[in-house]
Order: sequence, then C-alpha cells, then structure tokens
Amino acid sequence: MSELTSGSPPRRQIVRPLIAFWHSLDWPLRVAVGILLVFVIVALLGPMIAPHDPLKGSLRARLLPPAWQEGGQWEYVFGTDRLGRDILSRIIAGARISLTVCVLVIAIAGTIGTAVGTIAGYFGGWADRVLMRLVDLALSLPVILLALLLGAISGPSFANIIIVISLTLWSQYARMARGETLKIRNEDYVDLARTSGLSDLRIIVRHIMPNIAPALIVIATLQVGVVIVLEASLSFLGVGVPPPAPSWGSMVADGRSYIASAWWLCMVPGMAILITVMAVNLLGDALTDRINPALRGRNI
Amino acid sequence: MVNIVVTRVIEALIALVMMSLVIFFLSRLTGDPVALLLGDGATEADKLALIRELGLDQSIFVQYLTFLGNALTGDFGRSVTAGNQPALELILSRLPASLSLAGVALAFTVLLGVLFGVMAALRHNTAVDVLARLIALIGQSVPSFWLGIVLMYIFAVQLRWLPTSGYGEWQHYILPAATLGLFTLAAITRLVRSSMLEAMGSEYIKLARVKGLSEHAVVWKHALANSLIPVVTFMGTFFAVMITGAVIVETVFSWPGIGRLAYESILSRDFPVVQAVVLVITALFIIANLLVDILYLVIDPRMRSRG
Repeated sequence: MSELTSGSPPRRQIVRPLIAFWHSLDWPLRVAVGILLVFVIVALLGPMIAPHDPLKGSLRARLLPPAWQEGGQWEYVFGTDRLGRDILSRIIAGARISLTVCVLVIAIAGTIGTAVGTIAGYFGGWADRVLMRLVDLALSLPVILLALLLGAISGPSFANIIIVISLTLWSQYARMARGETLKIRNEDYVDLARTSGLSDLRIIVRHIMPNIAPALIVIATLQVGVVIVLEASLSFLGVGVPPPAPSWGSMVADGRSYIASAWWLCMVPGMAILITVMAVNLLGDALTDRINPALRGRNI
Repeated sequence: MVNIVVTRVIEALIALVMMSLVIFFLSRLTGDPVALLLGDGATEADKLALIRELGLDQSIFVQYLTFLGNALTGDFGRSVTAGNQPALELILSRLPASLSLAGVALAFTVLLGVLFGVMAALRHNTAVDVLARLIALIGQSVPSFWLGIVLMYIFAVQLRWLPTSGYGEWQHYILPAATLGLFTLAAITRLVRSSMLEAMGSEYIKLARVKGLSEHAVVWKHALANSLIPVVTFMGTFFAVMITGAVIVETVFSWPGIGRLAYESILSRDFPVVQAVVLVITALFIIANLLVDILYLVIDPRMRSRG
C-alpha cells in the first residue's frame, strides 16, 4: 500500500520552466533578476574577485575618492576609507556577509515556522491555540530592542544576529503554513493517506508540505530584503556583525562622520543595500502575483 | 461585542506578562546582573551587599515575582548612569518627544499614502501609477539609517534649509518624520492602491454608478471606505515599525525620545533603564494592537459576530 501513496512524484524538469519564467518577465524584472544573480555570484566568489584585501588598508591611499572623481584612481574604483581600505573589496566582502545571514536566517526561521504552522493547522485544538499564542507573542517582540539587549549582554556576534532575526521572522511562516494547512487538511488525498495508515508525521512531510511550499517560498523571497535591512541596521547600531568584518551597515556607520568631506564612504554601501533590496522586493512582488494573488499589495 | 473586547484585553495582559518573563530571564540568565550593575572596580563586600539588596540570594521564582510586583507599582529601580534618576521617571520624561514624532510621521504618511494609493488606482498603468509604485518600492527597500544620513546631508548640510538635529521647533520634525514615515508611506500606498483596484471593479461600485452617483462620491465614499479596512488591520504593524524605527531614527538625528534612550542605556549597560524601556515599548506595542482590534470591530460589522 505504501508505494501507492508515498511514491515520490515524477522528477520535474528544471531548466525549461526557468527559461519560460525568464521569457515571461518584463524588463524591470529582468534587471532585478540580473542584479540578484550578480549579488549571489559576487558573494560566492568573494575573495577571488576582490581587487584588494577588504581588511588591510594602505596608509598612502587614505580617503581616495571614487575613480571618476578628481583625484580618484582606477585601482580603487569606489575610493578608499579612512584606513585606506578599498571600498569595492569591502562591498564584495559585505555581500558575502549579507547572503550568509539571509540563508541561515531563512533556513532557521523557515524550518521552525513551517513546523509550528503545519502542526497547529493539522492537529488543531489546544495545540493550535497554544502555538498561535506563541506566534502572536513573537509578533509583539520589538526586534531591534531585543537585538540591542542581546548584543549588550554578550557583545556583538554573528550567532546573536542570526538568533535575533530568526526569532522575529519565524512567525510569518507559521501563520502562512497554518492557513495553508487548514485549507488542504480535509482534502481527499489527505484523508486517503490517513485511512491507509500513514503516520501523521509522514502525512505532513509527504503530502502537506509539498502543497504549501509555494506560499512559503513567496514569504522567503520577501524576507530576503527584510533580513538584509535588519542585519545592516543592527550592524549600523554596533550590535550586528562584529568589526572589522565589513558589513554594509557598519560601513555606513563608519562613514557617517565623514559625510561632508568623503560622501562615498556612506553612499556606496547605502546604494549597495538599496539596489539589492529593491531587486529582491520587485521579484518578491512578482512571485506573490503569480503564486498567491490574494496577497497582492498586502505583503508588508 | 463586549465579550470579544474582554477576551482581547485578557490576551493583551497575558502577552505583557509573557514579555516581562522574557525580559527578566534574558537579563538574568545571560549575564551576571551584579557584574553588570557594579562594573569592574567593585569589591567583594560591594557584591555581597548588592546581591542582598537585589534579592539575588532568593530563588529565581521569588526574584521574578518581586520584579513583577515592583514593575506593576512603576518601580524599575534607578538609573545607574543618569544621575540616579528613577528609571520610569526618565522614560516618562522622554516619552512626549517620541510620541509626537511618531504621531506627526503617522498622520502625514496615512494622508499621503491614501492620496497616492487612490491616485495610482484611478490612473492605473499611467505615469502617475508608475511613479507611485516606484516611490512605494524605494520606500519599502531603503534602510532608514542611511536615508536619515542622506536627507540630513542634502537638506541640512548642502542646502541649509533645515536643522541637522535638535528638538522643539516644527522645522526639527521634518527630516526625522520623513525618515521614520517613508516605509509606512510605501506600505499604505501599496495597500490602498491594490484594494482600490479591487473595489473599483466590484459589484457595489457598479451599482453605485448605475444609481447615478457622482464619480466623486463613488470614489471617495464607497470605494475608499472599503479600501481603508486593510489599512486599519495593518495599523498595529505600522505602529510597531514606527517604534522599532524610532530607535534608529532618534539615534541618527539625536532626537531626545525613548528610542535613543533605549539605545544609550543598552550601550552603557544601564540595566534598570533597559528593562523598563523594553517593557514600556512592548506595552505600547500591545496596547496599540489592542486598540486596532477594537477599532476593527467598530468599523467592520462582519467581525463582531466572529470574535
């Protein structure tokens, strides 16, 4: 019996839908996809393509303006900071930090949130009530304050920001997973799986999760931008990624007092955040429109 | 309806107690409060005296009850850094600055957001719509700490139209309120635009047109009234965004509110103030959500029977 109900679905093609997806995009979305590809490739290759060491500066090259400005050098395209470190190399290293935080947070928050949401939706009753109270509580946590508190107690650390950001974002997956599970838990194929004696865990993993995955992927996409901005904000406040690691947020903080004399210290990392997050949000909105149109304009 | 309100109030109280537990255990279990309060130069005798004074020789459960009891009477202890002032007094003196900033920001963003959203929906797929969507996209994506610095550089340093920081005159509100409000402005524009588009194609709008109502009445009375409901549901979220945003915006613009107080007290490890400020902000949060829930019951009659 079990081969009938739990056999793996036929392998879907991957390349052709991707090409079809690309052809269905209008030009702003193609630009957004391009920007994101550049972001991911730069983050993955990191040190291999950075022209200089992001942590070591040259004292003879302090506060150089970007290359297209008077006094700039093409060796340092986006200029250098007050320690003579190459801004471009630091932006590249910062991309890797942002991407790492995004992947870890979305993996942790997504796993916890999905588990809580499907359990609440599938079993209902008191489990649902208790778990959803927990979700409400998580929604009422002031993120930045919690991060500041943890940062002040144990010092800025990579683990801290992952924990704090995951702690505040898992609830969105839980809400969505619960709602979607409620929609399908009484469908015929779930009933069939239940009567054929499959365990609850197996039903949730094999039959519920694949069907609620698209909605969760939309949330994950929309959260990428949120995570990048949160990480940068925490690093800006000094409780994020510990120095001297070049987070985009701490680069803005470093350049803040030089804004009148060396604007590029602030502008370049700020633009990096803005452009990346805009691209992600544009793509997230497009995915929402396709996968879950009821949420259009409501994904805040 | 009274029943629903009572349930919501009880739920809000439970959430507040849970939050006090989180704050208490976070600050007790993750660090030694004596070391945090006394700093490095303390003697052994100082430590013992403080342990007794704080009741740290009691069980953790008794300690929590004492903390909760004191908190309920408004006693969070005294600030370690700010001239030994009671923590709650310090917070209350900073609250008006924060609330007025958030109020100004919220009022303008709701007005402008509704206006932009309606304009974009009425001129769907024209330049106005594209512009509104672009503003919404930027507002949704720009990190507020950076926006604050950029606005300050352009309007205060370069153009000298507005002061860089300070508090008291109306000019001081413009840049911080703009920075604080842009995200919410973007969110409201998106919400109103999408629900107006939905409403304009609906049956009751067709009926209103058939009845011969003026276009003005159709748009601003019938369509908008229903389009505002999602805005109200998100008011709690917007308030949360403003409060969290306040920590960053107040720090960037040196605004004398509770956001900057939270930041400074955490950096200087002033734990009585930290505990109090986190609890007060959470309470504001929960109260705002409660008010939104009740407001929702008032404006949307369908919700009253559901609970």
